[in-house]
Amino acid sequence: MTVDTKLPYDKEYISQFSQEKSEPEWMRELRLQALEQADALELPKPDKTKIGKWNFSNFKHEAAEAEKIASLDQLPADIEELLDVEDAPENLLIQRNHMVAFESMKQELKDKGVIFTDIFSALRDHSDLVKRYYMKDAVSVDEHRLTALHAALMNGGVFVYVPKNVQLEEPLQVIFWQEDPETAMFNHVLVVAEENSSLTYVENYISQNEEQETVSNIVTEVIAHDNAQISYGGVDNFAAGTTTYVNRRGVAYRDAHIEWALGQMNDGNTVSENITHLIGDNSVSNAKTVSVGRGKQTQNFTAKIVHFGKESEGHILQHGVMKDKATSIFNGIGKIEHGATKSNAEQESRVLMLSEKARGDANPILLIDEDDVTAGHAASVGRVDPLQLYYLMSRGITQTEAERLVIHGFLAPVVKQLPIESVKNQLSQVIERKVY
Amino acid sequence: MAGSTLEIKNLHVEIEGNEILKGVDLTIKGGEFHAVMGPNGTGKSTLASAIMGHPSYEITEGSVHLDGKDVLEMEVDERARAGLFLGMQYPSEISGVTTSDFLRSSINARREEGNEISLMKFIKEMDEALDYLEIDKNMAQRYLNEGFSGGEKKRNEILQLMLLKPEIAILDEIDSGLDIDALKVVSKGINKLRDEQFGCLIITHYQRLLNYITPDKVHVMMQGRVVKSGGPELAQRLESEGYDWIKEELGIEEETVEQEV
Repeated sequence: MTVDTKLPYDKEYISQFSQEKSEPEWMRELRLQALEQADALELPKPDKTKIGKWNFSNFKHEAAEAEKIASLDQLPADIEELLDVEDAPENLLIQRNHMVAFESMKQELKDKGVIFTDIFSALRDHSDLVKRYYMKDAVSVDEHRLTALHAALMNGGVFVYVPKNVQLEEPLQVIFWQEDPETAMFNHVLVVAEENSSLTYVENYISQNEEQETVSNIVTEVIAHDNAQISYGGVDNFAAGTTTYVNRRGVAYRDAHIEWALGQMNDGNTVSENITHLIGDNSVSNAKTVSVGRGKQTQNFTAKIVHFGKESEGHILQHGVMKDKATSIFNGIGKIEHGATKSNAEQESRVLMLSEKARGDANPILLIDEDDVTAGHAASVGRVDPLQLYYLMSRGITQTEAERLVIHGFLAPVVKQLPIESVKNQLSQVIERKVY
Repeated sequence: MAGSTLEIKNLHVEIEGNEILKGVDLTIKGGEFHAVMGPNGTGKSTLASAIMGHPSYEITEGSVHLDGKDVLEMEVDERARAGLFLGMQYPSEISGVTTSDFLRSSINARREEGNEISLMKFIKEMDEALDYLEIDKNMAQRYLNEGFSGGEKKRNEILQLMLLKPEIAILDEIDSGLDIDALKVVSKGINKLRDEQFGCLIITHYQRLLNYITPDKVHVMMQGRVVKSGGPELAQRLESEGYDWIKEELGIEEETVEQEV
């Protein structure tokens, strides 16, 4: 055994952690098995980014204490701006460190059988339901060391379940607030929409650890059963000290839709995968992401849609802005499996470079194993067009403001897709802060 | 004082090492409408772009002053805030920025911080101008020039002109690609601005625009210089007789300079 594979936490620790959370036996076993697997598995190998030296082992796992939030107007400013406090969403969960600090949900939804709760409560109260989906159809425990570590050390997250024929009119919002600067976030989000149901879910990740190093290792599984519609928005905003692995994966059955709108705004090194499996005939996914890179951070983004079902539609749109010495790889992958006739795989990746030393690479890939399909891709890496700036400035707008307009315009196609107004505004503000 | 004065003296301009303008002299005062005419490739658009500060053009000699201030020392945005406006022949398309947001930013760029135009007042002014120019109100919410037809782009330039109210406007082939109805509307917009405070330099190679906007002075450019100036009657004569008589009169064989971009 090499030093490299030594894990910071052992079986006894994990067993005890599971017991403290009153988890069902299957979960404890899953954790212990995953820990063994983590030992043997290698790190993932994202295309064109070497992550071997990234910090995936220096963190604390012990849950830090956190206070409940009595009232939303007591939140610190940077958390408060994620919400419209005056008109707060009725379905809201705030996870502070690893504890639920605030929780509200409309009675009407409870009456309809909707579940919207933290992952530990779900494991206790809906053990069979969680077991049916947890790291089964979307993400597997043994994909690589990080998925296995995630399964072993999972310490937060939410479970969303919408029963058959239930349509949620109002969005569900979750704020994952990592207040403790050294504790890792092994967050698991599981969203299940039964047949003919629909829901909108929006999450924010936020931390403030500029100096202290830690890790976030996030797995999200989104399951859309026949004819279900899921709109999923997310804004990731971990501070520079956090090394992030985030894996958001969707599975869409017949006639199901999964819409992704993701703002990838972390300041630390990040591997972000967003993969959707279009299993059912006529299933659809639109994956839209915006990213900003700054400082010396390295990021690797993968947006991938895999077509299994006939006449399935996949559209990927990635827009990224790179400044300072940031490096980013944008992988766009459309894959059509044999038998997925009349499917359509489209993708577009655009990267805007704001400095000479920034590096960005758009990497479009189409993998097609079926004849009767359509597919397309477009990719570009470029700088702000001097003629656009000239045009804007010729109306009296300063160069700084002109650049701001062009960059906002460049990112707008995704920003405007975010389903909650306050989250949209917050993402605009984050972009503003990061770009200037 | 009646308006501003734009004074162009002995202007020489190069693009990628090729001299396009070879000493242009022109003075435009508030209240005056000037037309610069001439065949293609004689330097007309270069003159417009060089005055505004287009990044591809290099000024090698001469001066441009607005009310005595050195325009060539200013950045593009400073030139605009000093009172210059260029209605462009090929305006850029800017994705993700609505025409309305762009207009508001442009208006506010001229105002002190804290004294920005109110949203209500802005919308009222914009709607009035849209109506006046017979533009579909949806255009305000469309991304700036993106997917606009040639005619829509030109109307949008005039919309900006009407809302920004510059001291001196240069209109670069604002009539090209317009059908007769659009031409009338665009002319109506320009004529509405006519007063003692407002000076305008209209660049065109067709006389037909001047049927709707009567210039006070007409200049003919050839070989990168103004070779002839006169009153509105000069434009009439160009319409009926073409440019050959001027070439003959001045002994010019080839009127163009290096190809314009």
